Amino acid sequence: MKNSNQRSLWQKTLLNTATSVAVASVGVMGMAASAHAEESFKVGFVTFLSGGASGPFGVPAAQGADIVIKAINEGSLPAPYDTKGVNGLTLESVVVDEAGGPTKQVEEYRNLVQRQDVNAVIGYISSGDCLAIGPVAEEMKMFTIAFDCGTSRLFQEIDNPQYMFRTGLDAVADNVGAARYLAETHPDAERIAGIQQNYAWGQDSWQDFTLALEQLMPEAEIVNNQMPQLFQGSYSTEISALQTQRPDIVHSSMWGGDMESFTSQANARGLLEQATALLTTGESGLHRFDGQAPNGTILGGRGPFGGFMPENDLSEWFTKAYEEEHGTPPSYPASKAAQAILALKYAADNSDAEGIPSSEQLAKALKGAEFESVSGTVKMALADGHQAMQPMLYGEYHFEDGEAELRNVKSYPGECVSAPDGYDAQQWIKEGFPGVDCN
Amino acid sequence: MILEKSEIPLIGAAVAIALASLVVPSWLVFTTTLAISTALVVMGVVMLMRAGLVSFGQGLFYCLGGYAVGLGGRYLGITDALLLVGLGVVVTVGLAMVLGLLVTRYREIFFAMLSLAFSMILYGVLVKSHNLGSTDGFGVVDWTILGFTPGSGESSTRIALLLALVLALGFALFLNRYFKSSLGLACEAIRENEVRVEYMGVSRKQVLYINYVIAAAVGSVGGSMTALAAGHVDPTMAYWTISGEFVFIAILGGTGHIAAPFLAAIIFTLVRTYAVELAPNAWQMILGIVLLLIILFLPKGIWSLFTRKKGVAS
Repeated sequence: MKNSNQRSLWQKTLLNTATSVAVASVGVMGMAASAHAEESFKVGFVTFLSGGASGPFGVPAAQGADIVIKAINEGSLPAPYDTKGVNGLTLESVVVDEAGGPTKQVEEYRNLVQRQDVNAVIGYISSGDCLAIGPVAEEMKMFTIAFDCGTSRLFQEIDNPQYMFRTGLDAVADNVGAARYLAETHPDAERIAGIQQNYAWGQDSWQDFTLALEQLMPEAEIVNNQMPQLFQGSYSTEISALQTQRPDIVHSSMWGGDMESFTSQANARGLLEQATALLTTGESGLHRFDGQAPNGTILGGRGPFGGFMPENDLSEWFTKAYEEEHGTPPSYPASKAAQAILALKYAADNSDAEGIPSSEQLAKALKGAEFESVSGTVKMALADGHQAMQPMLYGEYHFEDGEAELRNVKSYPGECVSAPDGYDAQQWIKEGFPGVDCN
Repeated sequence: MILEKSEIPLIGAAVAIALASLVVPSWLVFTTTLAISTALVVMGVVMLMRAGLVSFGQGLFYCLGGYAVGLGGRYLGITDALLLVGLGVVVTVGLAMVLGLLVTRYREIFFAMLSLAFSMILYGVLVKSHNLGSTDGFGVVDWTILGFTPGSGESSTRIALLLALVLALGFALFLNRYFKSSLGLACEAIRENEVRVEYMGVSRKQVLYINYVIAAAVGSVGGSMTALAAGHVDPTMAYWTISGEFVFIAILGGTGHIAAPFLAAIIFTLVRTYAVELAPNAWQMILGIVLLLIILFLPKGIWSLFTRKKGVAS
């Protein structure tokens, strides 16, 4: 009897507390929403804050975005972004964790738009999330910028995009660029092997790379490809399998911690003495390898980002500001996030809107635009003006006297690595890159 | 059909949610749709739990339901939502009838691990299927219902909710009677003492098999509704963490009443979405603490708040 009385007391307390917390939080949030609705522009920023992609990508991206947002509100950015705020409005960001898969991201996207009343959404590192968000953004008519995801299907799956934009390149450009760099710098490589994480990104990357290689280096033989699990961590079996094939080049689209562990393990096992590694996302490890990758390892940064940023006022300012705040130069996810925020500022400043620009005004301003960014001038020239066309860069890692740097950097213009509109990317490669312009 | 007394509140709750959907903000409508879809799968988990079996692989049927909607729309050209849901049920029941022959022979941890293994096999196959987008998954076609096109925007989210509500109500009414039927009661008896059940002349194999197949069908409908509402399917649906989430929600709600999974799923989803909003860097911790507290103070699940047992000695 006593037991049941006790429980009912607990039950009541719990129920009461839960109810009051719920009511209070709804009230507080309601007030917050109404207090800020007038004078600020609210952007939802979605990036991995937990899970395996948060360390190498998600958190640096959030930090990069944060630095640019702060500078925009202070008005301390170099020209042409030296005006305060976006279209004169304070830029306020709501950060959301991207973990949990596409279904949850669709839910959180709707919550951002309808509950938190954001005026724009920037985000998405995972291709699966991008593919799921694209149609929802169009349905909800919300100006949305994908800043990092690499799937080439994004704009194939949306008919006539209006509100969805991407301010980076897709993964096809990474791998076509990689094949071009290889053909130029290692024309005598004969045996090519690969190691990819066993999921969409790894499968797509290897497919695009091998297709491009068949066109550009028809003499080279593809000897092996290993497909370890995502976040596997230990690659001794795969390294042994690769070693028996005696490759000259090992292509890998692995990213983040996986890429770094593979590189150090392969280096210790001697694989990287006989073969040169080509890491399409290797730039994120540029300041983390500390000599664990041999000199001459080929790194990519998914475009002119991170260590590949060209020298201009914006990139110098960004590198300095990021280094001051976080003690290390920005990696490519940080610069890509910065680029997306700059695109938003460009669109808002050029929207000719009074007060808060609408999604239509923002989309109209950004569509087909050319804007200045940390990666140079960005042309929104692909997917009917919704996707950036940028050069693709590769370079060699060199580590001397405790300083890491990129040497022998080669840049391939956007027209050289991206399929023109109306072409399926794989078809474009197979047909021998029609309409390509590499000068 | 004469309604039983316990069915009137269920119908009342469904009507109340349907009416409320006309006034509440659109995000809540969408969240509720997902919660109801989840609750459908959880009902299947509860069915198995009543028979003493814990399935860590209900994601298998959830995923099959989702992919049936995705593939049916994309490759078979079916756009009618009910047909797509039906397709999922047919496929799932077909598979469950085969798997059931094997897995219902096992109990406890062996059943849990075996069910988990089968769902991870589907996950592995889908991840390897490059043409189906591998881990990225693919989009679901715009669907219609009985010749009516819901279009896009708010009306389509409301129609998805109504569809989920109707299906969920149907299953809730069915299972409410099922739990009281001889078959449903036999499940509980099996949990208590299998040998005695056999002595009473009931085939435990048959009972568990039928129970397993129905649970699979309910799970498939939940997956199909999630796919229709979210507009995207991907292999994560079959991943073991998702199945674990279903078991968790089942424990959170308790097995006491057919409405418990719905209540638990809605609470789970709301706690999660507000935790994500309020603490983007620590939402998992908040979610974990809240759920831990509920389990700690309500070991029989949230539903025990509503049952006033008068001093039953335990």
